[in-house]
Amino acid sequence: MESEFIIRQISIFSENKPGRLASVAKALQEEGINIFAFSIAEANGFGVIRAIVNRAEDAHKKLTELGFMVSFTDVIAVKMRDQPGGLYETAVMLGDAGINITYSYAYSGRDGAVLIIRVDEVEDAIRAIKEHGGELISNNLFT
Amino acid sequence: MQFWDPRVEEMPVEDLKKRQYKLLKSLVYRLYSFSSFYQERMDAVGIHPDDISTLEDVKKLPFMVKADLRDSYPDKLFTVPQDEVVRYHVSSGTTGKPTVVGYTQNDLDLWTTSLARALTSCGIGRGDVIEVSYGYGLFTGGLGLHYGAEKVGASVVPTSVGNTERQIELMQDLGVTAIACTPSYLVHINDTAKKMGISIKDDTLLRIAVLGAEPWSEKMRERIEEEMDIRAINIYGTSELSGPMFTECSERDGMHIWGDIALIEIVDPDTGEPLPNGVKGELVFTMLQKEALPIIRYRTGDITLIMDEPCPCGRTHPKVARLMGRVDDMLIIRGINVFPSQVEHALLSIPEVSGHFMIEVSRKGALDNMLVRVEMNPEAFSDRIDDLIAIKQKVHHTLKGSLNVAADVDIAAPGSLPRFEGKAKRVIDRRNI
Repeated sequence: MESEFIIRQISIFSENKPGRLASVAKALQEEGINIFAFSIAEANGFGVIRAIVNRAEDAHKKLTELGFMVSFTDVIAVKMRDQPGGLYETAVMLGDAGINITYSYAYSGRDGAVLIIRVDEVEDAIRAIKEHGGELISNNLFT
Repeated sequence: MQFWDPRVEEMPVEDLKKRQYKLLKSLVYRLYSFSSFYQERMDAVGIHPDDISTLEDVKKLPFMVKADLRDSYPDKLFTVPQDEVVRYHVSSGTTGKPTVVGYTQNDLDLWTTSLARALTSCGIGRGDVIEVSYGYGLFTGGLGLHYGAEKVGASVVPTSVGNTERQIELMQDLGVTAIACTPSYLVHINDTAKKMGISIKDDTLLRIAVLGAEPWSEKMRERIEEEMDIRAINIYGTSELSGPMFTECSERDGMHIWGDIALIEIVDPDTGEPLPNGVKGELVFTMLQKEALPIIRYRTGDITLIMDEPCPCGRTHPKVARLMGRVDDMLIIRGINVFPSQVEHALLSIPEVSGHFMIEVSRKGALDNMLVRVEMNPEAFSDRIDDLIAIKQKVHHTLKGSLNVAADVDIAAPGSLPRFEGKAKRVIDRRNI
């Protein structure tokens, strides 16, 4: 059952202009949406805001209504030990499992540290991570 | 006062007009008899060559516009067989389709003669060493000035555009006294020289520059002249006329348009009605002797006026004032004509972006910089930065390919750029020229 571990990230296009992040955050606040994890990737002139939220559908709808360019992206969340060396262990495991990471970001919450990773073949990655002893977080934790 | 061809250049105005009339009359007869395009055009407005019985009757003839040349791509308007064409030049068109101009040997000779008179009138001749720093190739600037400068006996250094440090070295080593280029390129040369520790004013023999192919102002002329201690001369022409053909004389107050080569009019850009001398309007050219690609009442899109007072230099040929603007939205970026419609056409061929765009033009240092901001199509949005950069690069390459000039590209979110009701104002020009 790989689908349990597929998490829907929302990705939002943003021009490099002051106040863009604030307007995204305001929209999510107004909808009462909780943000679990979040990152901004930037290039010359624009950026992409990536976030794991509860009620991703509602977030997508609201932001689209406001004129933002939004898409869903399937990512996976790997549990890490929240101690020195925790990321190392996880990274070695991902390497052994042959996972090619497009991008990743992390957060450390009540239930420990989590590495969000974006890969090309999500289901294959989920299987490989499990086979190599990795622990994945189910998507029902992000609702 | 030096003249290249004093008999023609000082010809009494009445004699000049008689000569123009004769040339016009035979031109119209020739075209009516040998060109189906011109015959149809004249028939359509009910004009027969016999109706041309004074010089002023030129106004009865139909206008030609750039689209006529574009629509007749490549050579449908040529009135000589291909084996009489000795050269082609090509310029970009308004929708990405280029326009081709062709020359017989007589056409090239007349173009060169026009420039020989012009260069002599502004004081360039034997003994001068001139760098021709216009682009050589399909653009008319480089080769045009090249032959004109050789004709007057100057020593030509065919530098073309680019490799600026080398141009400055050659300027010093060969004792260059004159240069022909765009005004912004000359400013770039000056800036580059400074970085090399060279002062154009003190460390070179440069004394005169022939500048054109893009708009520039009196203010810029003052800056250039003061900073480099040279005389800056304005030059005018377009590929449809042949190329750069006319310059200011040593008075530097208007450009003589040789009456035996061209008949000029100023018309109201909206109604097409002829306007009297001294009144601002659109400059219209009839080339009286062109063979391969005749040009009758060609609307240049340039706004200027015909100056009435006799020129103190003694030349009797009419003068036009410095250009005052454009009728259309044509931009000139680093010497290359760019129409917003071309940009639109190029963008519409890229599925990842929409047709909503803005063009922002500025000067980066001395050089024109064009930024095209275009909205992305939501379907093309990806969470991967690489994909977005690839779209940006695709737009960049497509624009470069169709405009012949590089543009910076900004990807904008859908709906974020201005929408227009009626005529779109997609250009923001921040150049201080």
